[in-house]
Amino acid sequence: MSTHAIDVDVLRETGQGIATEEMTLNMGPQHPSTHGVLRFVVKADGEVMRRAIPDIGYLHRSIEKIAEKVGYHGFMPYTDRVDYVSAMQCNQGWAMACEALAGIKVPRRGEYCRVIASEFGRLASHLLSVGATGMDIGAVTPFTHAIREREYINDILEELCGARLTFNYMRIGGCAWDLPPGFVGRATKFLDRFEPLIDEYNELISFNKIYVERLANVAVIPREMAIAYNLVGPNLRGSGVKYDVRKDAPYSVYPEFEFDVPVGTGERGTLGDSYDRYMVRMREMKESCKILRQALAGIPEGPVVAKVPRTFRPPVGEAYVRVEASRGDMGWFVVSDGTAFPYRVHIRTGSFAAMAIIEELSKGLMIADLVAVIATLDIVAPEVDR
Amino acid sequence: MTVAEIHRLLRERLGTIVSDELKPGDWPVCEVRGQSIAEVCAILRDEPGIAFDCLSNLTAVDRKAADTIEVYYHLFSYAHGHRLVLRASTPRPDPILPTVTHLWPIADWLEREAFDLLGVRFTGHPDLRRILMPEDWVGHPLRKDFVEPDEYHGISTRRESLLKL
Repeated sequence: MSTHAIDVDVLRETGQGIATEEMTLNMGPQHPSTHGVLRFVVKADGEVMRRAIPDIGYLHRSIEKIAEKVGYHGFMPYTDRVDYVSAMQCNQGWAMACEALAGIKVPRRGEYCRVIASEFGRLASHLLSVGATGMDIGAVTPFTHAIREREYINDILEELCGARLTFNYMRIGGCAWDLPPGFVGRATKFLDRFEPLIDEYNELISFNKIYVERLANVAVIPREMAIAYNLVGPNLRGSGVKYDVRKDAPYSVYPEFEFDVPVGTGERGTLGDSYDRYMVRMREMKESCKILRQALAGIPEGPVVAKVPRTFRPPVGEAYVRVEASRGDMGWFVVSDGTAFPYRVHIRTGSFAAMAIIEELSKGLMIADLVAVIATLDIVAPEVDR
Repeated sequence: MTVAEIHRLLRERLGTIVSDELKPGDWPVCEVRGQSIAEVCAILRDEPGIAFDCLSNLTAVDRKAADTIEVYYHLFSYAHGHRLVLRASTPRPDPILPTVTHLWPIADWLEREAFDLLGVRFTGHPDLRRILMPEDWVGHPLRKDFVEPDEYHGISTRRESLLKL
């Protein structure tokens, strides 16, 4: 599979290397490059992993159980905590699931506000991801560049909803607040500044030889494997599958916007390697900017939220909706029994699948590559555990 | 092949294992006899015109009133773009279903989650153990009759309201 994968047994049989024995190492739960609290049991032979077994649950906050206790409106702030790096899309997923249950139509301005918020959220999330990828494999400076821009985006989102991380911006039927005065101008100004910086960032790190060497050909995920493990979002597209929920199962007002779906090409190594996954995120930021410009320019007048009763009692039934979150297709399954409290909520996230694939993927990789794998799969631990 | 055609094909091949009714919607739902779920899934994955290559989601729901546990399988096909939901019921006191891990590897973790939180046992699963809760946890928290224990390893799970302190 991966050209970097090393078969220890072959090495030993051919008389290369020295006699080693299998070690069991513990990595985490508190480890600087595990992006949250998660743990790996690494079975290693020298520097080569035979297997890295993920052990999750350290950030299990029983969000699905909480949903059954707090009601439909009350659950919105909790959805922020599902993926706190990219909370807007979690808000949107929950709101859309409830709207699907009750057949509520969101006003057009509300949908535009959602798209604007979601795409800024995606930019912020991808910036953290690509910045942290550099940091995890030893390039610390690029992270500060990425975080600097992310702070500007946090400022913009703070203007929108008063929070910088856990937004609680969306409501069942629309959004909590309209855009503040002058928002469109300031957001456009930011995009004018930010778009050239993506190219600058590429010059700074993406094409750096050492950086490319650390990611290209590492942890190759073939197309079939990606689909069978239900990898989603940039991880799936990195393996060459051109599928984006915004494009292929459109929701909200996404069909009104022109944008491309970047996929991995194996430009520096093999299709589906870590570098492809990384570059898909870099390119997606440009596409998000495109969507943002169109949404900001074309935002219609009108209300941002539909009239929804304060005690929300959707009819008996179930709904499964998917949104394209920053870590890909996020599935929200909600069962209603006709009362004011959801009967069952299940959130299927991108990081959960990305975590599940690591055990298979890690076979034969170097220990040092494990952090590159975690980083380019963009795993956010709270999203795994919920 | 449309979802209605897929459903008809399943009915022809498997008879009453698959329910007569296909609940329409964005994700059409059909009922499947629990013990045959793996067999149905194998056809759905391997039949070329159907090719459900992706298990998008697996959720267990505790239907206490009916004394059953329902497991939902959300199937999606990247090859054709169609979707189908299978719903399998299993008796609540002893919920057992065949595993589908050999068809979609992601089912490994999804089934572990359903086992952990609702106590559904999947026969044939290679490594069925808790995934989110601690290994020594007693009970399955998403069961409707689950009672939170008063303490865990000597740590109280009860707390006075901060306003009363």
